[in-house]
Amino acid sequence: MFNYTIRRLIFTIPTLLFISFVIFFILDTAPNDPTGNLPLTIPPEVRVKIRASLGLDQPMFIRYLLWCQQFFINEPLNLIEEWFNITIGDGDRLRVQSWATRFPVVDLVVERMPQTLWVVGMSYVVGIIIAIPIGVISAYNQYSWFDQIGTFVSMLGFSVPTFFTGLLMIVIFSVNLRWFPSIYDTTLKVDSWGNFVLQVKQMIMPVMVLAFFNAAQLSRFMRASMLDNLQQDYVRTARAKGLKERVVILTHVLRNSLIPVVTVIALGVPQVFGGAIITEQIFKVNGLGQLLIIGIQGADIPLVQTLTFIFAVLIVLFNLIADILYGLLDPRIRYD
Amino acid sequence: MLPVGGTQIPEGRGILDDNAPLVKVENLKMYFPIYRGILSRRVGEVKAVDGLSFDIMEGETLGLVGESGCGKSTVGRALLHLYDLTNGAIEVNGHDISTLEGEELRELRPEMQMIFQDTQASLNPRMTVGSIIAEPLDEHTKLSKTDKRAKVGELMDAVGLARHFADRYPHEFSGGQRQRIGIARALALNPKFIVCDEPIAALDVSIQAQVVNLLEDLQEQLGLTYLFISHDLSMIRHLATRVAVMYLGKIVELSPRDALYEAPLHPYTEALLSAVPRPDTAQAATRNRIILKGDVPSPSNPPKGCNFCTRCPKVQDICRSLEPVWRDFGDGRFAACHLID
Repeated sequence: MFNYTIRRLIFTIPTLLFISFVIFFILDTAPNDPTGNLPLTIPPEVRVKIRASLGLDQPMFIRYLLWCQQFFINEPLNLIEEWFNITIGDGDRLRVQSWATRFPVVDLVVERMPQTLWVVGMSYVVGIIIAIPIGVISAYNQYSWFDQIGTFVSMLGFSVPTFFTGLLMIVIFSVNLRWFPSIYDTTLKVDSWGNFVLQVKQMIMPVMVLAFFNAAQLSRFMRASMLDNLQQDYVRTARAKGLKERVVILTHVLRNSLIPVVTVIALGVPQVFGGAIITEQIFKVNGLGQLLIIGIQGADIPLVQTLTFIFAVLIVLFNLIADILYGLLDPRIRYD
Repeated sequence: MLPVGGTQIPEGRGILDDNAPLVKVENLKMYFPIYRGILSRRVGEVKAVDGLSFDIMEGETLGLVGESGCGKSTVGRALLHLYDLTNGAIEVNGHDISTLEGEELRELRPEMQMIFQDTQASLNPRMTVGSIIAEPLDEHTKLSKTDKRAKVGELMDAVGLARHFADRYPHEFSGGQRQRIGIARALALNPKFIVCDEPIAALDVSIQAQVVNLLEDLQEQLGLTYLFISHDLSMIRHLATRVAVMYLGKIVELSPRDALYEAPLHPYTEALLSAVPRPDTAQAATRNRIILKGDVPSPSNPPKGCNFCTRCPKVQDICRSLEPVWRDFGDGRFAACHLID
């Protein structure tokens, strides 16, 4: 397993380099202009100068290599300097800068990460906590009223987009009932009980909107996997052994059914980091998803490039984690 | 330890008079509903097992034979109340298990166990062999950890598995070894009655003999009572004390083994026996093979009268209108056929 992991990790290097090039190429060929949002009164020759100052007069290949140098060498060195409080070389390196904010992209990401992890990550956890029992009960009582309602609700969760459920919740709970704020306040510091309650209140709606969507998918997976296992012969063996029904379901069926579900969960984690672009936009959560939207609108290529690449790294990494988890959970699967 | 009954039964006689029945089955019915249409209305039922009555004596091996789909396995599972019965009474060791549910039924599980056909699927792939065998002990006994380990070791010795296999997973074993695991698991709680549901059908011939001999040895040592379900007539002849022949959800004949193989009463038994390959080629050339024509009727729509009337070579008019009654022909022989005097 260890050798397998190392081998897979080595293989990710060329994969990721290739992905980074593809992203760069696509962004470069897109008809974007970083000066497009500037006032129309700015004369064309000034625009050309602005573009040149951003390095856009260089050929694409040079710009790609420069980005590579900045991202793969300068940024990690900078991180090491900050963590260990040391200076490597002269300490004067060019970092990946956002064109719009003139701010290092990595710092922007670090700034936005907590909101996304709290809101989107929490929604993922809540979704899992809701989905697994629903899936188990639905499968155990297949075609019961609980299962029928569960199927209907998860079909809703699947098909109704988050911008609809989000707005619906705002209308109901913010506008009519006035229970929760419709805007997420990032400046809120949780330093007292009252602020903690406020934080919970402002998190509830975005978390529930996303959790509903996640739970809808996961509960279907869980149900299907449980149904698959409930019909297996070893379940009959477990019953014939005279085990309690709870033991049969929880230790035999559930554990075997969780194997595919755990890998699906692991594969979904990069989406958490990617942020929920639409939901963050609706509830004004200034997370990574919102950062990406702003970057795209402003043709902020270094920002979009870096963010997209970080997502790619996470996806590749969690694919590997899912594979390893599968091997750990199912003794029949052996790598090497 | 129980008295060793299986070896004391004299040849040619099915029932030893001083042996009380361990298992009594009365009018066992197991129907599976069929749902059709948009509203999934119940449109009928598959009569997998349709009114069986028989006893299994303590220490004997009752062989249950029949072609595939005739309901043999359903009988085995229903007997241990692994299905919800449609009708019927089952008494195992003095307990009426057909009406028991949940916890009360669970507490009787140690007395009756089952060995399954599919050795791969019937073992939980995520549990080690040791924990598979020990699990019934966790549930039904209060043994200490070391005692449990010792017991698992003993069981593995008894079925001929090396003790160090305890930490391995089922998929690492061959079919024969896995069946030994299944047998060890079934024996863990010292059961009296074991349903062997085609335990050797999935194994190759050399391994079949090993497993069958193991089952015989265990019966002798532990005084077990078996219901041995199989479609292999030669194996049943080797193992069984009495044989029940099933056709389309019903037992057509129940006789002591030797009597049945010598002179079958029911035309279906006769046809089955004529299909058994013989090692003697001269004999094989002259034997009268009875070849049954047509397919087995659907158990959801069995024919009127005798179930076998559509394929019986000796069919009469009465067979198509009147269902034959289950009759006692003396010497422990029973059959349901109009044509036997």
